[in-house]
Amino acid sequence: MNIFDPGIFPILTADGLTNGAVYALLSLALVLVFAVTRVIFVPQGEFVMFGTLTLASLQLGRVPGTLTLLLVLLAISTVLNVIEALRRGDQRAAGLTGAAGVALGAGLWALTTTLAAAKAPLLVQVLLTLLLVVPLGPLLYRVVFQPLRNASVLVLLIASVALHLVLVGIGLVFFGPEGSRTPAFAEGNTVLGGVTLSNQSLLVILVSALLMLGLYYFFDRTLTGKALRATAVNRMGARLVGIRPTAAGSLAFTVAALIGALSGLLIGPSIAVSYDTGFLIGLKGFVGAIIGGLVSYPVAALGALLVGLIESYASFSLSQWKEVIVFTLILPVLLWRSLSSKHHDEEDE
Amino acid sequence: MKARLSLTALLALSSLALADVRVGVVVSATGPAASLGIPERNTVALLPQTIGGQKVIYTILDDASDTTTAVTNARKLIQENKVDLIIGTTTTPASLAMIDVAAESKTPMISLAASETIIKPVDARRAWVFKTPQTDALMAAAIVQHMQQNKVKTVGYIGFNDAYGEGWLAELQKNAAARGIRVVATERYARTDTSVTGQVLKVLAARPDAVLIGASGVPAVLPQKTLKDRGFAGKIYQTHGVANADFLRVGGKDVEGAILPAGPVLVADQLPDSNPMKKVGLAYVNLYEGKYGKDSVSTFGAHMWDAGLLMQKAIPVALKKAKPGTPEFREALRDAIGSTRNIIGAHGIFNLSATDHLGLDARSRVMVQVVGNTWKLIK
Repeated sequence: MNIFDPGIFPILTADGLTNGAVYALLSLALVLVFAVTRVIFVPQGEFVMFGTLTLASLQLGRVPGTLTLLLVLLAISTVLNVIEALRRGDQRAAGLTGAAGVALGAGLWALTTTLAAAKAPLLVQVLLTLLLVVPLGPLLYRVVFQPLRNASVLVLLIASVALHLVLVGIGLVFFGPEGSRTPAFAEGNTVLGGVTLSNQSLLVILVSALLMLGLYYFFDRTLTGKALRATAVNRMGARLVGIRPTAAGSLAFTVAALIGALSGLLIGPSIAVSYDTGFLIGLKGFVGAIIGGLVSYPVAALGALLVGLIESYASFSLSQWKEVIVFTLILPVLLWRSLSSKHHDEEDE
Repeated sequence: MKARLSLTALLALSSLALADVRVGVVVSATGPAASLGIPERNTVALLPQTIGGQKVIYTILDDASDTTTAVTNARKLIQENKVDLIIGTTTTPASLAMIDVAAESKTPMISLAASETIIKPVDARRAWVFKTPQTDALMAAAIVQHMQQNKVKTVGYIGFNDAYGEGWLAELQKNAAARGIRVVATERYARTDTSVTGQVLKVLAARPDAVLIGASGVPAVLPQKTLKDRGFAGKIYQTHGVANADFLRVGGKDVEGAILPAGPVLVADQLPDSNPMKKVGLAYVNLYEGKYGKDSVSTFGAHMWDAGLLMQKAIPVALKKAKPGTPEFREALRDAIGSTRNIIGAHGIFNLSATDHLGLDARSRVMVQVVGNTWKLIK
């Protein structure tokens, strides 16, 4: 049967757009983190994994291991902050930071254990999942990348690969070797122009589109968003006008973690996510980000959508070559980019 | 003088300690094969601490589902730990690579991986290698036989884009051709894929009577769910790679009706009392769940248990011939394992010979169907 058969082509396209929407979200996060902090954030996919599996643990009435990770990171970053404040000789700030860290940790622990045991409704569990996964972003930045903020891109990349391996290992310990699925947010199907679409994939596309609009508004209309963009364009210049690069980095990681966790919640109902699923999903987002040259948000998002579509068509026509096709896509793009764009490295500045 | 005496005593003691039987275990407790490797590792803790009056020391190493690490681990066990026997590893490629290490150092090895190529043909190198899991060939034959009995004429295949999927496809094509069943579509997917809609549409376009999903663990849920979502009404077969509790937990009602071959231990409680495997299987299940909790058992750990049974039978025989830690002991141990007869394991009855280093027959598999979110023996 031909790929352009009217009974098949629209289904494949819808399927490709659904996956592409998730890849697009991840590619936006990758571009954002790279632009602001110069970190090629390999563990982006791990946020997806933590998102799905945290919700799955809550569904089973268990306290997710994510809480442990969060508390450990919180403890480390609190200690780092206290030491920093003491070095400045600011004992009051040190005390406040320490107290805030302890209070926050205790609060999160109490909230999670109560809600996990109570098997709260789905919406509450989703919010709790976000509350547990999103802070991982800024905390990982504080513990891993902030001390390295003046290192070269290569060092940051190595740290990021190491962090990826650590997070995958932690995922295995917390959630076990086998994957989990979360309950669907939307059951049933909708018929649109003769094509049957599952409500779940419509929801994925809708939420992704809303999130992208939200990001656009954030970067274009709010002061914080503009500060992030300024940092991305010129770190030194941004600093001169009073934008703290560490605050910008922390914020970029928060957004990345939020996008990752939301993506995880979106794909959780359709596939079984296991501790090592995140990497490949993140990698496909990365292909999109590369198409956008790691600078352009719209091109990255379109590139990621393209990855989703090509993947879907290839899975029908040549399923055994699918991954090869998707990842080979990066070669002509890199070639074209290296020929067409003038190379300038920020480290030369 | 006194010091020298105590030193001699100490030396005597340490040489006594050297006489313990040392067993090296390599499993994939992390990496893609972790869902198989973890129950295997857990089972080691259930194996006896003394065999034939000798203390047994187990050293467990994780190969992270990686071939190079598995070989390094095997060398380490032989050179540093001076093991008399190696059990492992979980995956076929890594087990194949470990054969050379075992043969070179003349250490018997019991693999826990599926492929027949690990033990066949029995040549000078494989003379040291045994395995306990059923081969894919044995399992595929059971599936195709079931298809023929249920008047399936055409079959579609969706499998992993890796050694597991390719191995099953080859076995399916071989067995189907022998029984006059046509394979009308072959599609691949990756275990981390977020969608298999394209593959499923292609398979459905070929209108097969049945579909075999050549995948393991929870990623095998996705093709079955998609097939059902797209209205496929034929029989859906899975492989024994899905035979664990997680597949049922994640699959839920989406995997209802799946038919698969499995080791008898999976449905030990449903076996007739006349089946000798029932007692061994139930004993293992109770022991494992007693330690690790209800519904924690999987068939993969039972391969380690069976390897342990072979070992428990062979070590006393070898102990009569030589002292542990010597080449003579390893050779005696090899000969003893190789001549095992009628050992009733959790997965089957082992009858090894000079040409068959697995020794399982058709009694080592049963057909099982998912009914009411649990495994049901097809009689």
